[in-house]
Amino acid sequence: MIDFLRLYDTANHFLLKYLGLSVFKSLVLVGITLLHVAYTTYAERKIIGHMQQRLGPNRVGPRGLLQPIADVLKLITKEDIIPSCVDSPVVFKLAPFISLVAGATSLAVIPIWEHFVVTNVNMALLVVLAMSSLSSFGVILAGWASNSRYSFLGGLRASAQVISYEIAMALALVGVMMLAGSMNLIEIVKAQIESPFKIYAIPQIIGFFVFMVAAIAETNRTPFDLPEAESELVAGYFVEYSGIRFALFYLAEYFGMIVMCMLAVVCFLGGWYGPFEIPGVPMFWFLLKLYFLIFFYIWVRATLPRYRYDQLMGLGWKVLIPLALLNIVITGLIKVLA
Amino acid sequence: MEGLLPKIVFIYLAVVLVVTSLLVVTNRNAVHAVLWMLVMFLHQAVLFITLDAEFLAAVQIIVYAGAVLVLFLFVVYMINLRTELKIHNFTVFWPAALFVSVALVILAAQALKDFRAPQPVGDMTPEAIARVGHAKLLGKALFTEHILSFETVGVLLLVAVLGAVVLTRRIRMIRGEGL
Repeated sequence: MIDFLRLYDTANHFLLKYLGLSVFKSLVLVGITLLHVAYTTYAERKIIGHMQQRLGPNRVGPRGLLQPIADVLKLITKEDIIPSCVDSPVVFKLAPFISLVAGATSLAVIPIWEHFVVTNVNMALLVVLAMSSLSSFGVILAGWASNSRYSFLGGLRASAQVISYEIAMALALVGVMMLAGSMNLIEIVKAQIESPFKIYAIPQIIGFFVFMVAAIAETNRTPFDLPEAESELVAGYFVEYSGIRFALFYLAEYFGMIVMCMLAVVCFLGGWYGPFEIPGVPMFWFLLKLYFLIFFYIWVRATLPRYRYDQLMGLGWKVLIPLALLNIVITGLIKVLA
Repeated sequence: MEGLLPKIVFIYLAVVLVVTSLLVVTNRNAVHAVLWMLVMFLHQAVLFITLDAEFLAAVQIIVYAGAVLVLFLFVVYMINLRTELKIHNFTVFWPAALFVSVALVILAAQALKDFRAPQPVGDMTPEAIARVGHAKLLGKALFTEHILSFETVGVLLLVAVLGAVVLTRRIRMIRGEGL
């Protein structure tokens, strides 16, 4: 008979040794993030509702608070339809999972608090960048596998957009790496607190701006939501998806958004540190900054109209990338002179 | 148990790498081939991690899986390779090709029989890498010791980019004149 406990122990030990992963922490983190995702959708509908002089969801539960749970139940119980003309059923089924896994994996390396990070690796920043670049595969493959023109156009747009804005995002983060002298996110937060301005958003203001714009484009959110532009492509890459697979894409988008906000908090806004300590809730400031950035995302969505495709490419290549390069040069000069 | 697990992982990675590489070159569907390549690159990254080369693993995923493969997909989409062509181009030569390949494998096996891993040279010992960190050590080596080759590669790539821009520009200008 196989000793399951010992097998689990060995697997856990192996993961800890080679990846520094702890299964328990990951489960806690994923559970909490899923709840956050559910209520971000609620907050988004409510906030946009109020910004557009509407009420937003208010039927399910008090003030519509149970709306996300009702939505999830509805999506889970719906029929999972796979169109008969799908180009490759395996890829069609797989695509939402690629999106979601890539989006959620980044959570493992982002420190919520000094002592709460699933795995503290030295290359944390690179891991986040790698995962965000992988998440585009889900979108691109979904567009191709659906064998529909709208989906295909959405997938094509996504691939070009993600490649362009990833460069700007990585370059914007290079300034942070240079100032902190590390790619370990915990070290970056500590280096920020020791720096004269306490947060990198002030000396790296150009980098912060470029990062925020690129992050919105990277997660395919309005005003850069061309891969899923409703008014021209119906819904873009996930037109053919329904039920739980549609929900997975939705989930992946919000996971991506939360990961990008977390990264911004850690790299530019000083992580879990705040003006004074809140006893008992060490991640209070982290969550506060995170909620503010998520609100910012929603605010942008409610305010700005969608870009045209050539404007989007022009902004990425002609404005953001040169700005990020300029930021690197300035940071280098500061580093040399100071 | 302790020493066995890394070996099992290595064998798994090796088998998957070889099988997926074969699938990449034998697959008739270009998009599927790119997908198999993605699987291959991911396993390669894991192989780098088991060798303690974290930086290489991250760069492997960012550059190859994240950028190069997306561009491959883009090109495959653009030239529309949906139909799976079956042309028996090289079937006549396959016995000769097989003979050459087998000979090559035997030759490589003979050459690698006495292979011993060399001792690390210079200050890049595993201890130093663990202490300083991959990125810092690699950056220092690139920008001091290998600065000339680094800059040359940069200029070469720039020339390639400029060449591409010039080529597309010319075509557009001719079309403009035609109208």
